[in-house]
Amino acid sequence: MSELSDLYQTVILDHNKHPRNRGRVPQANRVASGDNPTCGDNCTVYLRMDGDRIGAIGFEGAGCAISQASASVMTTQVVGKTLDEVRREFEAFKEIVTTGQEPEEFSEAAAFAGVHAFPARIKCATLSWHAAIDALQKPDEVIG
Amino acid sequence: MTDLSRFRADFPVLDQQVGGHPLVYLDNGATTQKPRAVIDALSRYYTEDNSNVHRGLHALSMRSTDQYEAARRRAAQFVNAADSAEIVFTRGTTESVNLVAQSWGAANLKLGDVVLITEMEHHSNLVPWQLITERTGAILRYVPVVGGDAEGGLDREALDRLLTPEVKLFAFTHLSNTLGVINPVTELCAKARAVGALTLIDAAQSVGHEPVDVQAIGCDFLVFSGHKMAGPTGIGVLYGRKALLDTMPPWQGGGGMIGKVEFGGSTWKPSPERFEAGTPNVADAIALHAAMDYLDGIGRDVIAAHDHALVTQAHAALAELPGIRILGPRVGEPRGGLVSFAFADVHAHDVVTFADQDGVALRGGHHCNQPLMQKLGLPSTTRASFYLYNTPADIDALVASMRKILKFFGAA
Repeated sequence: MSELSDLYQTVILDHNKHPRNRGRVPQANRVASGDNPTCGDNCTVYLRMDGDRIGAIGFEGAGCAISQASASVMTTQVVGKTLDEVRREFEAFKEIVTTGQEPEEFSEAAAFAGVHAFPARIKCATLSWHAAIDALQKPDEVIG
Repeated sequence: MTDLSRFRADFPVLDQQVGGHPLVYLDNGATTQKPRAVIDALSRYYTEDNSNVHRGLHALSMRSTDQYEAARRRAAQFVNAADSAEIVFTRGTTESVNLVAQSWGAANLKLGDVVLITEMEHHSNLVPWQLITERTGAILRYVPVVGGDAEGGLDREALDRLLTPEVKLFAFTHLSNTLGVINPVTELCAKARAVGALTLIDAAQSVGHEPVDVQAIGCDFLVFSGHKMAGPTGIGVLYGRKALLDTMPPWQGGGGMIGKVEFGGSTWKPSPERFEAGTPNVADAIALHAAMDYLDGIGRDVIAAHDHALVTQAHAALAELPGIRILGPRVGEPRGGLVSFAFADVHAHDVVTFADQDGVALRGGHHCNQPLMQKLGLPSTTRASFYLYNTPADIDALVASMRKILKFFGAA
């Protein structure tokens, strides 16, 4: 189970069990959802924008440990960032999950390096990122 | 339980290690493995006989035609059809259902007619009916399942209410690929007949696991796939009553299905050729013949008893795991050879990924049963499905792997 233990190391198990920023955000003004029709995973991301930066973020959804933990870690990384900055973060994250190369700087995202050994699970890890970027590209709206 | 372990060696693919462990293949509901006899039939055909069928006047073409038509007669015998002309070769269960929906459905369904199916249908016996009812203005209705885990099978009272004279066709599965429920097909066909409805049975999960007799069941159509019964992919069967097939228009046009072609129009051959436009899948039909011989050589009644013993063992052992929810019939009630389950704290995809590391091949997801899973409040389940080459030791490996996963995730 060594590759798997790598994949599901403490960070993922912890975020899966105790997700950060789970739930809607009060006065959210952006929302976007993504789903993974082959496995039924889904993720909805709520944003409250502060100008062109993310003021607050929350997510809802159901899915495997990788998708839930990845959404949780993502929300801790993107607060205060602009669309372009989040895109750069996502590119770096995709690099980690597709190559298995951990970044030089410490980050919780590095915990997902093990995903590269399981290509079928890469889409689980990137689902919430896609939803966040979709939300960032939308105009402001009133979310009931 | 009859010991079938001597047949295990007939399946070359089973002899391998996955993740450093001997392969324990429990994804038979998706596709079964192939015995050497089937692989050899395929190889022998391409090595010795390959040629196009029908209208050929040379030796190889005649041999290919003979073997292809022998496969058709064998398929008729396999389900006890009265006439081999009642066997149409298709790509599989999905194509068989689509053929009936597009040919019979388009010609016969009108505004206000009802097609009745059930909530436990695989997408292959659901989406084709959505498409054709939408096109014809007919209504699609579903017989509900009973119980929070669908443990009660089909709702019989609702079925009696739903089976009205407006129902033109009632399509249902013999053995649910998600629940393991075995439907009382003979009784369901009789009820449908009483209101004048035709019947179509999805036998994909049953026909390779137990004897199936279309005349005793009294169905109008029965569909199945080769690859779920030790045969190759890309070949399947539509059984249809001859009198009915001959009233149905072609669904694809081309060579092989025509009587006479003129610039002004064409006439069609009777069934089954009418529904087999183009060069058919000769090689896989011949290999399917080998699969049918192989299964009946063991005895499908013997395979059914073996499935039952394995699923009884698996169901009882899994039911003891903490936080498990098992779909379909309760322990001790009749069930087909599969168990589909969910853990409160571990998602099915994590379960399947972990089990794979132990060499245990399972399936996780919605099993092409999305609306049912939604009704039961589950995004996905893990499914273990058995076949003749599985052993009690395979079940032990499954349960041990599940215990390890629960421990890893801190759920046990």
